[in-house]
Amino acid sequence: MKAVYPFAAIVGQDDLKLALLIAAVDQGVGGVLVFGDRGTGKSTAVRALADLLPKRPVVEGCAFNCAPKNPAGLCGRCAPAAKTARSAALKTRQAPMPVVDLPLGATEDRVVGALDIERALTTGEKAFEPGLLARAHGGFLYIDEVNLLEDHLVDLLLDVTASGLNVVEREGLSVRHPARFVLVGSGNPEEGELRPQLLDRFGLSVDVKTPTDAPTRIEVVRRRDAFDRDADEFTQRWSRENMKIRKRVAAARDAIASVDTPPAAIERAVEICMAVGSDGLRGELTLIRAARAAAALEGDEAVADKHLRKVAPFALRHRLRRNVLDEVDSGVRVERALAGVFGA
Amino acid sequence: MSLARAAALFAIDPAGLGGLLVRGRASPAREAFIAFALGLLPDGAPVRRVPVSISDDRLLGGLDLAGTLQAGRPVLTRGVLAEADGGALVLPMAERQAPETIARIAAAMDVGAVVAAREAADVFQPARFGVLALDESIEDEHVHPALTDRVGLHVACEEFDSPAETDRLRDAVAAARARLALVAVPDNLLSELVIAAEAFGLDSARPALLAVRVARANAALDGRSEAVADDAKIAAALVLAPRALRLPPAEQAPEEEQQTPSEEPQPPPDAGDQNTADASAQPEGEERSLDDMREVVLDAVRAAIPQDLLAKIAEGLLNRRAGGPQGKGANGARSRQRGRPAGARAGELRSGARLALLDTLRAAAPWQAVRRKERALRGRTDDAPPILVRQEDFRIRVHKPRALVATIFVVDASGSAALHRLAEAKGAVLALLAQCYVRRDEVGLIAFRGTAAELLLAPTRSLTRVRRQLAQLPGGGGTPLASGIALARETAVQTAKKGARPVLVFLTDGAANVGLNGMGGRAGADADVERASKTLKALGFSSMVVDTSARPGPQARKLAERLGARYMPLPLADAARLANAVRAHAG
Repeated sequence: MKAVYPFAAIVGQDDLKLALLIAAVDQGVGGVLVFGDRGTGKSTAVRALADLLPKRPVVEGCAFNCAPKNPAGLCGRCAPAAKTARSAALKTRQAPMPVVDLPLGATEDRVVGALDIERALTTGEKAFEPGLLARAHGGFLYIDEVNLLEDHLVDLLLDVTASGLNVVEREGLSVRHPARFVLVGSGNPEEGELRPQLLDRFGLSVDVKTPTDAPTRIEVVRRRDAFDRDADEFTQRWSRENMKIRKRVAAARDAIASVDTPPAAIERAVEICMAVGSDGLRGELTLIRAARAAAALEGDEAVADKHLRKVAPFALRHRLRRNVLDEVDSGVRVERALAGVFGA
Repeated sequence: MSLARAAALFAIDPAGLGGLLVRGRASPAREAFIAFALGLLPDGAPVRRVPVSISDDRLLGGLDLAGTLQAGRPVLTRGVLAEADGGALVLPMAERQAPETIARIAAAMDVGAVVAAREAADVFQPARFGVLALDESIEDEHVHPALTDRVGLHVACEEFDSPAETDRLRDAVAAARARLALVAVPDNLLSELVIAAEAFGLDSARPALLAVRVARANAALDGRSEAVADDAKIAAALVLAPRALRLPPAEQAPEEEQQTPSEEPQPPPDAGDQNTADASAQPEGEERSLDDMREVVLDAVRAAIPQDLLAKIAEGLLNRRAGGPQGKGANGARSRQRGRPAGARAGELRSGARLALLDTLRAAAPWQAVRRKERALRGRTDDAPPILVRQEDFRIRVHKPRALVATIFVVDASGSAALHRLAEAKGAVLALLAQCYVRRDEVGLIAFRGTAAELLLAPTRSLTRVRRQLAQLPGGGGTPLASGIALARETAVQTAKKGARPVLVFLTDGAANVGLNGMGGRAGADADVERASKTLKALGFSSMVVDTSARPGPQARKLAERLGARYMPLPLADAARLANAVRAHAG
């Protein structure tokens, strides 16, 4: 297995990093869509995220990675067990939070789960083998080149992300299990647009650009070259920095419940959304949630303007009422609206 | 720069350098070169070919049906990507490869392994290979940028003579391979390669990184333990120059001119770097050698840019950053429109659906034991068919959907009304496109003005590309209507070939005053229009004429009649109304 490039060693790309960290702190914020040019390190950043995520409790022996704290979302085996017995009955263990790749060309049965072939062939038993969705439950599901994803898989994902439930019915196999995960997609807009319904599933969207200043570009190549030459040494060198970020994420996850959201911040969020002209209420909700996570990451006790301002572009960029006649990049539109609101 | 050296570098580190892209038509010379390059790989290194329109089973691997049934456990086949591990992956006609295939290859190159989730199992198989991409593209075809970005060495191959001392080169390559990890690339050299990449318009970080690796491989090949300016020159010529999208800003030129005469005769390229041979060099070491290095690298790129590419850069054809050269209906659009087979999915065998037999059998395979058991339990003793297939097993072929409609706007950009009309057309293009990704339609744009017509935007679905290309639309001059019609016909035919239904929308007042030959004169121009209209009409494409003159007049109406097109006066057309009208027409 090829080593994973350390998150801390990624040069620049602050927006991308912050958006991913926000999703790591508050998974309820919704997925992250990363769109940008080739060779900007989109997938490098997403893959590096896995190393920063804390462990989380899962039910011991559960094939679907059920989370014990969430009785609304337990699989067919864990749910009755949770009801009948005291909480002690559900033994849990700490498991790493998964970042699961949904590779292009994946077949549907591998995604939703299917018959366990080995057992079926050797013993003639019908057993269900969980798929990628079960593995991603409680963590992240990453789709590189998301705009090249086959349509029938997109439909399937839309369904699962809306319901938080994966249902498989086939020839006497009937399985339903919770499948809640943060969808992370990356792609190049040159390959085509994303279906609006899928776009909607992403809470945050980041536009990744190539750095234009020479020192940054040189540092990107320098570090990448060093990593490629000796991945172990490089990873070792960055492990302390990576550990710092991991701790920050863990601390923010603990702190987020106590981060205050004053009425003024909510008013501000509404004001921003109106100025930007974002569709629906989803914008406000995501904006506040993301700002809260950003505050937690910075160790602040309450959501303030600076947090809102920082996350507004990610939270709103893809929610603008579509006015295709407007030549201006939607990120720029958000920036302009922000400048108006904050009187900068 | 000899081709033999490019081949040697490729063979030293196929996976690390991404591989070798060979431009040029198929010819004995090219075949000889490919054989030569592959011959330099280590003994026993696998070489696998990826045919155009390869299936995912073959590319990524899948369940081996016969093996699985025989063994009673899932048996996986390796795909060509995994099979090429440690060797080379040959892509003949790389420009014809579907973007889906390219994306899978690119993913494997990034991870160094095949990560797949198919049928029987999740697969993680090492797949470190160099791509040998054969690029036969002509005119506006292009190898998918996701691939060109990752394949380091780019060469053109017209002629090739195998060097006599192949065996010695083979030994040198093997020695270089062993030495590669020990070769250092000095930081200033790395910096200059990055700066040069930027100066020539390469946004992606990959070309610069690949150039660094090529410099390292070249140093190893020449037996150095540290890369020097010569290595950077080779890397610049093989990696950066062929990708150049623009030339560095002009203000550097005068400096150059001043320097050259004072330092005659030209020092050998690495002399400045070593700071030894050149006696006339000022002793302020560091600074000077940096400057020299920069010039050396930039010059190396400049000198190695192929002539045709240089011409395109000069015409400003490539300076559309980011996407780089992306031609008419880039690969993505093409394959999509053809309704290319794209695997199989579970589904019912209704009319229109085609059974994917192999996939169906594969889906049925794991159940055989279960079903036989159940059959026996139900007391059936008659001979079972060799394979028990049930409805749930049916897999139907999935085709990439075709583009339904490609609306091509043909806009009169002449005279004073040009700007206004162009703005409307632009707006309508974008408004139509906004709905396109729901319907998979495409929109294109032709403008005619001055002496000729120009395809400003080949039919596309990408809003991003449209925005970039529509940003600057030229206007003014005469009205070469016939040229516009002729180009519209050509584009429509191309579009239809790719599987979409072209709909032509002419925005004009119908008053032609420039003929097909670019000469003025109303009478000649009108005769040309008549002829051009006739040929277009004969093809039977759906078309409409939007009369944009302030007072709708007989000329545009006459044009509509000649074209067999619908006529619609829209003197005060705004983008939204225009888009609505076109949509209603296109159905």
